[in-house]
Amino acid sequence: MNPEELFLVELTVNGNPLSARVPARRLLSDFLRHDLRLTGTHVGCEHGVCGACTILLDGKPVRGCLIFAVSVSGSNVTTVEGLVNNDGSLGVVQRAFHESHGLQCGFCTPGFITTIHAFLKENPHPTEEEAREAIAGNLCRCTGYQNIIKSVLRAAELIDSGVRDDH
Amino acid sequence: MTTKSFGEPILRKEDPRLVSGQGRYLDDLGHEALAAAFLRSPHASARILDIDVTDALDVPGLIGIYTYEDLEGRVAEPLPLLIPHPALLNGRTGYPLANEFVRHVGEAIVMVIAEDRYIAEDVVELIKVSYDVLQPVVGIQNAKAAHNAVHPSVPNNVSAHSVKEVGDARAMIKAAPHKLSLDLFIERSACSPLEGKGVYAIWEEDSQELRLWSSTQTSTGVRAAVAAKLDLPLQKVECIAPDVGGGFGVKIMHPWPEEVLIPWAARKLNRPVKWSEDRREHFISSAHERAQEHHIEVGFDEEGRILGLDVTFFHDNGAYTPYGIIIPLITSTQLLGPYKPASYRVEFTSLFTNTVLVIPYRGAGRPQGVFAMERTVDAIAKYLRLDRTVVRERNFIQPDEMPYDLGLIFQDGRPLEYDSGNFPASMAMLKEMVGWDNFETMRSEYAAQGRKIGIGVACYVEGTGVGPYEGGFVQVETSGRINVATGLTSQGQGHQTVFAQIVADELGVPIEDVFVTTGDTRRFPYAVGTFASRAAVMSGNAIALAARQVRDKALRLAGEALECDPHDLEIVDGIVRVKGDHTKSIALKTVAVLSNPLRYAFDESAKAATQFAVGDTSKPPVPEDQEPGLEGKDYYSPMASTFANGMHAVIIEILPDTAEVKILRYVVVHDCGRVINPMIVEGQIHGGVAQGVAGALFERMAYDESGQLQNASFMDFLMPYATEIPTVEAGHLETPSPLNPLGIKGAGEAGVIPGSAVFASAIEDAEGFEIRRMPISPSELWELRRTMKENA
Amino acid sequence: MKPSRFQYVRPASIPEAVVALQRQNSKVLAGGQSLTPLLSMRLAAPEVLVDINGLSELAGIELRGSELWIGAIARHQEVLTHPLVGTHVPLIQQALTYVAHPVIRNRGTSVGSIAHADPAGELTAVAALLGARIHVVGPHGVRDILANDFFVGPLESSLTHGELVTGVSFPVLDSSWGSSCVEVARRHGDYALAGVCALVQIVEGRLTAASIAIFSVAGTPVVIDVLDVCTENEKLNLKVQSLIDPDTDIHATADYRRQLVKTLVAQALTEARSNAESRTS
Repeated sequence: MNPEELFLVELTVNGNPLSARVPARRLLSDFLRHDLRLTGTHVGCEHGVCGACTILLDGKPVRGCLIFAVSVSGSNVTTVEGLVNNDGSLGVVQRAFHESHGLQCGFCTPGFITTIHAFLKENPHPTEEEAREAIAGNLCRCTGYQNIIKSVLRAAELIDSGVRDDH
Repeated sequence: MTTKSFGEPILRKEDPRLVSGQGRYLDDLGHEALAAAFLRSPHASARILDIDVTDALDVPGLIGIYTYEDLEGRVAEPLPLLIPHPALLNGRTGYPLANEFVRHVGEAIVMVIAEDRYIAEDVVELIKVSYDVLQPVVGIQNAKAAHNAVHPSVPNNVSAHSVKEVGDARAMIKAAPHKLSLDLFIERSACSPLEGKGVYAIWEEDSQELRLWSSTQTSTGVRAAVAAKLDLPLQKVECIAPDVGGGFGVKIMHPWPEEVLIPWAARKLNRPVKWSEDRREHFISSAHERAQEHHIEVGFDEEGRILGLDVTFFHDNGAYTPYGIIIPLITSTQLLGPYKPASYRVEFTSLFTNTVLVIPYRGAGRPQGVFAMERTVDAIAKYLRLDRTVVRERNFIQPDEMPYDLGLIFQDGRPLEYDSGNFPASMAMLKEMVGWDNFETMRSEYAAQGRKIGIGVACYVEGTGVGPYEGGFVQVETSGRINVATGLTSQGQGHQTVFAQIVADELGVPIEDVFVTTGDTRRFPYAVGTFASRAAVMSGNAIALAARQVRDKALRLAGEALECDPHDLEIVDGIVRVKGDHTKSIALKTVAVLSNPLRYAFDESAKAATQFAVGDTSKPPVPEDQEPGLEGKDYYSPMASTFANGMHAVIIEILPDTAEVKILRYVVVHDCGRVINPMIVEGQIHGGVAQGVAGALFERMAYDESGQLQNASFMDFLMPYATEIPTVEAGHLETPSPLNPLGIKGAGEAGVIPGSAVFASAIEDAEGFEIRRMPISPSELWELRRTMKENA
Repeated sequence: MKPSRFQYVRPASIPEAVVALQRQNSKVLAGGQSLTPLLSMRLAAPEVLVDINGLSELAGIELRGSELWIGAIARHQEVLTHPLVGTHVPLIQQALTYVAHPVIRNRGTSVGSIAHADPAGELTAVAALLGARIHVVGPHGVRDILANDFFVGPLESSLTHGELVTGVSFPVLDSSWGSSCVEVARRHGDYALAGVCALVQIVEGRLTAASIAIFSVAGTPVVIDVLDVCTENEKLNLKVQSLIDPDTDIHATADYRRQLVKTLVAQALTEARSNAESRTS
């Protein structure tokens, strides 16, 4: 059997130009985690249901496990690591999760944080029901979601009060 | 004064790392490691005739292919039976790789090691296995019928049989004024943590040492099991549980075949090897729980008091019993909940089936027991036309009867004795919170709009903090940093925070200075594991005891330094000072310096402890009965488990045409003794309730008759999203446990336990007909309605 | 759960894409939200994957005469929020709110959903109900396939090997038309146990057209003209039930699905009427 053909994949990840040569079948989630070693993006099901691998592709949340890295070469990607403020302090959604006990084991959390980050850009003042809808494509086995919804509302509140968020 | 942190909703210390993508879960480690993938059985029961790897051999990047024939030494022996029990007459365990026979879909047959997981899966696809497919046994009915055998050497597919009696229940039922019988069934579900299992192993050829990481609930257990299997001295094996993405029971089992095979391969190849379980593997080769079938006979008086309760149940234990029969043992004891039937008989039979093995899933046999008991109580209430809560109250063990001995042996081999609890107070609080007494008004208001609602109630008692023991280590560094270690592992329970709270209070130091390590055998080698809602009780108390030792030593050393009686000293904010005279003080970190007399000065603080700087020359530098260092280690090993309890109520609406169940309110009253961190306890309840809702209305394992799991994905295994889970209204009672120094009880499993019971109660209340099987889907409920209508 | 090897082609033009698709066992990659899980589970293993995401001529949403054209790589989310769609074929947006979750909709394509011919797909039903035209280009040139001829069976269309769907055109519905989409799923965002799209026309207060498409109850969406029966619930239901053939599976029995259809058809028609009324006013 022949060795597999490799493709150069170049991405701007969290503001940094990064690249690697990988097979066409490399999933974006694996590319980020294993080729670029950004392991904040997690893989919970690899069939697009759980949402743990959600990242921002050109600002929009998408499933990292349902995209081939080669297919989005040249794009801008933001991962949970990239939502930390430039001074190293927690981004506003991250901080809201901490303050609202929005995580337990933390495995699903990165996918929620990226999803909510994008959601609040579109809807900065969600109702509780809108907050619930916004996270309804992500699975969490620990929290029962109650404190994640609280985190969404808390993040909105923090943004309103002018708390620093660089992203 | 140091702010007291016990009892406060302290924000979690682990969060900043985890929310910023800096957590390190199993698959985040070992980027250079080789990857493993497994060829797993597509058949539920088969004999392996041949394994042909010819086509797979020229795949670039392939490192090795291993079958049972390749296994060596004790790796080739059956996996251990972890928890033997006299009633487990025919325990059976599998092999790391199938030895001639496969007994469930998903059982590992071939291990492939390759440069990466993609290639390993390519190789797996090219291996051809031929089978003689046998007739499988699927489901309790087929296991009982025993037309086929899961293990030819096990008659009637029975692994275990047990009968326990307190009083003569059968005679009491016969003599009772009223009798009822019920047949009940609960289907399989599974823990389904968002992170599957995983193992990563490095073999150090030079030192002949093995270091392994496992996404486990017991690193000490894995270490011991792997050392035994690989015939290594325990000292040559270290096991670390990194950040673990949820457990809920499935990761307490050990060693999983992969936990043996990956280290074995790493040593054999002298290369780091990693296996990360994928979601499909998790469904078909990890573990499930819950499937039980109950038959109940109950006799009671006019008031609804239970005179005799006779429960016969069958438990589906899957293909193997490596974790023993803990689940049916728990079911058979915890079924009784807060009630005191005058007599009780329970008989269970544990059965093999050709399905994934069964080990505890959060709740561990209690949801089934509570379902059985609560359905029975509801049936009595209905029969006598009494309020369901009244019948419950009449059967409650009263607070003045505590401690209450139920006359049975619990899962830890010790007498089942409730230490404390106030069930009437819990019920009163629940009724008040949910508006039980006004519900009929609410019902008629809804009815007037053509809407159908129902209310359900369910109670449980949960034995938590089972032994045998846990340990704690507390150490003050000369920098003032406090290191804490305990051997059990963490999967999201916030141990780094709650244990730090305990130490901060016991020692009088700021919580920011306390750093907790769990699940690392290098830091604390003696431990049992995190299961059975035991971590806070066991390690919490052990750490408190260790901290008290450190405190005593610090006060003694400080007393010497300050030339005063240690009893006159206190520690506040990391400073040891004389009570009432704060000018006389010494920093705890300075005491740490003094505790360790030094010859060499490597920094400023060390200089203060060198031989020409300190010491009473009339005594040895380290007194005879002392050790250097400001640190302490202690263990907590309780006489018995401590029993938490709770009561749930739910109000539901059922849509008339589609039989969809909408949750209007979900109310929890919970008593887990003294609470270390209410925010974390409440989080545990939320998560537990979500799994209870899931188990009652959404999740099941859908096996077909050939033993194929038809819903082995998150597409079809319906783990609820936020849109399916209600907001939980929680009320707390704190009845301290008299059994342990901190007065705490476990809280981890509480939320999930009454799920099926409370929904069955509410659906029955809304629909008016009996609910005897859970979970229940809208389709099943609608079909049930139709059957009831036809029969009426 | 990793995909098998495949050859990856990223064509620079539609003709290049068509050439690439002539290779054996080729498959188009657009949004990939249905395809990728199949690849990762190794339930599908095409030898060639032709990635059309770079073909700008397949992007966008346009009014073309009396039709609304949606390009093959227009994402669900773009379709869901596009004013032209809301104005001219609101049914598409009514249906799209049920399609998976927003994050999936950011990448998945509406045309891809139709090309996938999933009998549980909301957009499959929309295309069938509206008589959409599926634009196809292949080795022998371009052709249009009417939705009713396109959907042949579950996940099976009348596309032949080497053909590429470039877009789908939906007839524009003037304000005399009203539509709706309703469904019942186990979880929010799941495939429906059963679902119904309805389309009605009201001219001067009179109902002049009424049809429905039912999905998840047969191998292809079931389109039924119900104008003759839609005021009589019993007759309506009898007609509908005689034309569907739902399956029993692990989530629901066939009879339960029939019950859902009964409820949903009535609900969909009521909602479609009030939609028509609100569009007129």
